[in-house]
Amino acid sequence: MSKMKSVYGEPKDNYSSKLKIKSTILFVWFVILTLICLLPIYILIINATRDHSEIANSLSFIPGSSLGKNFNTIATNGNFKLSYDALNGYKNSLIITVSSTFLTVFFSAMTAYGIHVYDFKLKEISYTVILLVMMVPVQVTSAGFVSFMADLKLTNTYIPLILPAIAAPSVVYFMRSYMKSSFPLEIVEAARIDGCNEFRTFVSIAIPMMKPAIAVQAIFAFIASWNNFYTPSMILINVKLKQKTLPMMVSALQASDKLNDFGAVYLAIALAIIPIIIAYVFLSRFIIAGVALGGVKE
Amino acid sequence: MASAAQRRIKSISYAKYGYMFILPFFIVYFFFQLYPLLNTFIVSFHGNGLNVDDFVGFENYKTILFGGDRRANAIHETFVTSLKNTIILWVGNFIPQLALSLSLAVWFTEANLKIPGKGFFKVVMYLPNIITAASVAVLFLQLCGQSETNPGFLNQFLSKIGVVDYDATSKKYDVIPFIEGVWQPRGVIMFIQTWMWFGNTMIMLMSGIQGINPSLFEAASIDGASSGQVFRKITLPLLTPIMAYTLVTSMIGGLQMFDIPFLYHRGTAVNEDVQTIAVMIYEYFHAQLEQSKMGLAGAASVLLFFITLVLGCISFYLTRDKDEIAKKKQRKKIAKQLKQESKQFGGFSV
Repeated sequence: MSKMKSVYGEPKDNYSSKLKIKSTILFVWFVILTLICLLPIYILIINATRDHSEIANSLSFIPGSSLGKNFNTIATNGNFKLSYDALNGYKNSLIITVSSTFLTVFFSAMTAYGIHVYDFKLKEISYTVILLVMMVPVQVTSAGFVSFMADLKLTNTYIPLILPAIAAPSVVYFMRSYMKSSFPLEIVEAARIDGCNEFRTFVSIAIPMMKPAIAVQAIFAFIASWNNFYTPSMILINVKLKQKTLPMMVSALQASDKLNDFGAVYLAIALAIIPIIIAYVFLSRFIIAGVALGGVKE
Repeated sequence: MASAAQRRIKSISYAKYGYMFILPFFIVYFFFQLYPLLNTFIVSFHGNGLNVDDFVGFENYKTILFGGDRRANAIHETFVTSLKNTIILWVGNFIPQLALSLSLAVWFTEANLKIPGKGFFKVVMYLPNIITAASVAVLFLQLCGQSETNPGFLNQFLSKIGVVDYDATSKKYDVIPFIEGVWQPRGVIMFIQTWMWFGNTMIMLMSGIQGINPSLFEAASIDGASSGQVFRKITLPLLTPIMAYTLVTSMIGGLQMFDIPFLYHRGTAVNEDVQTIAVMIYEYFHAQLEQSKMGLAGAASVLLFFITLVLGCISFYLTRDKDEIAKKKQRKKIAKQLKQESKQFGGFSV
């Protein structure tokens, strides 16, 4: 009897203790990665509160007391005023980003839905075209794009930064892949039998079912647009500082060698980074949970 | 017997709705992307260094690919260096990134591991990705400063742990050139790219793993499969579509790498050792007023386009769904057989 116990008991104990060791090692590894992820941002915030000479002389992990002074430098120093205006930067970036994100997500879902649900002659060809198009880098079209926009007198406006968001091939590709795995066509037929028209089926049945994919893609689209530095700097060629986007303003900090106050430079970078981190803290639950599966299972 | 309503449903064609749903995409695409793309091709055949409007045929391509006189050789060399830098920077960030995110995605989704604070870790690891690349470049420029009297955080930290020498009398640091060196800035940029993108890739892969039918994992664990076996036999094969997506997007992203290499330098000139193709195109495009390099920028863009095309095709081929292809072949075979059989019966189907 006792022999049997040892035969059946040991492997199980072994298994759970192995799991425990593995869990602990992984926990330590995750903590290290977390520290690496946060360190640059932490240093940024710390140095934003320190004086130029303090930063030069020593490194510190404790906040200093020069936050007000640095703010003052950004607001009043002539060199900073020439290249940096955080409030207008927020406003401009937000206008462009919110509208283009909405357009991307809505029209990509619509395109993916059109290709997935309906049977039509050009179906396969159009999907292949979208896949091919996905691979075209922005840089390839940019030379032609800017000169075309200049012909239309659309440079130095926000339209070329917002409207092209309707055609986002990679988002369509992702949405189609998602629909393939978790959007059964029976639902569309059921809606038809219940007398729902095609567009309404899309808006009130397909979109709620695709929420996880839409959430993920909306986040990616938002980030891509908010962080976009290349297109705005090509389109907004000679606008006033007031009309520039936030990344353009931050990049101006690098270009100027007249900005010698490191504390103020750190604070200027922090002002560009912190709002989106705060937004992320509130949205993160939704962001991370958004990847779970939704809708009907087979 | 089919009812009248059933027959009517079958007779309605929904094809026109399909066209309606995909129409906005294609209108915007043709207007804002396809025409500019064609325009780029046209531009690439024009401009001889003096006048943008002159047609020069393949001369711009010849200059970039093979050089020629002294000016052309310089341009050719810039292109080759930029291509080399792009490949180095992409490989150096993608390999650690994929290894990191794939392992993390598997660990995070393993049900029997008891790790506290999984949610928190995921949130933090995704954090760097949401920060503007331009801001990140300027931030790391500050952190990696190499001034002898006022170095950035990294050199100060290295002197604290004894890697970098500090001369107390002259108050000077024997700094490591993280900005103006050759491999140091490359390393920093690879680190930044990995730092920014591994969380993003991890979440994409995790959503893929979570999309796998959980009963497969249950069945495997009942049958006593080890976590390595589960990874190789279930997770990896079923993850192929998402992996293909990740690989293709990362490759295209790598070829477009612009913000960080473009901004990671002091002064006005871009660091040649981290100059990527995208940076080169941008520089040439903006140099058009003085030197009329517009045609060259167009030609470089077109070459970038073909490189992307080839890479995209290769990765699609490598990660294609083999089962699906086999099934298609089988279907074709059956269809052929049926056709032959129907011919045997004098063209009438049985």
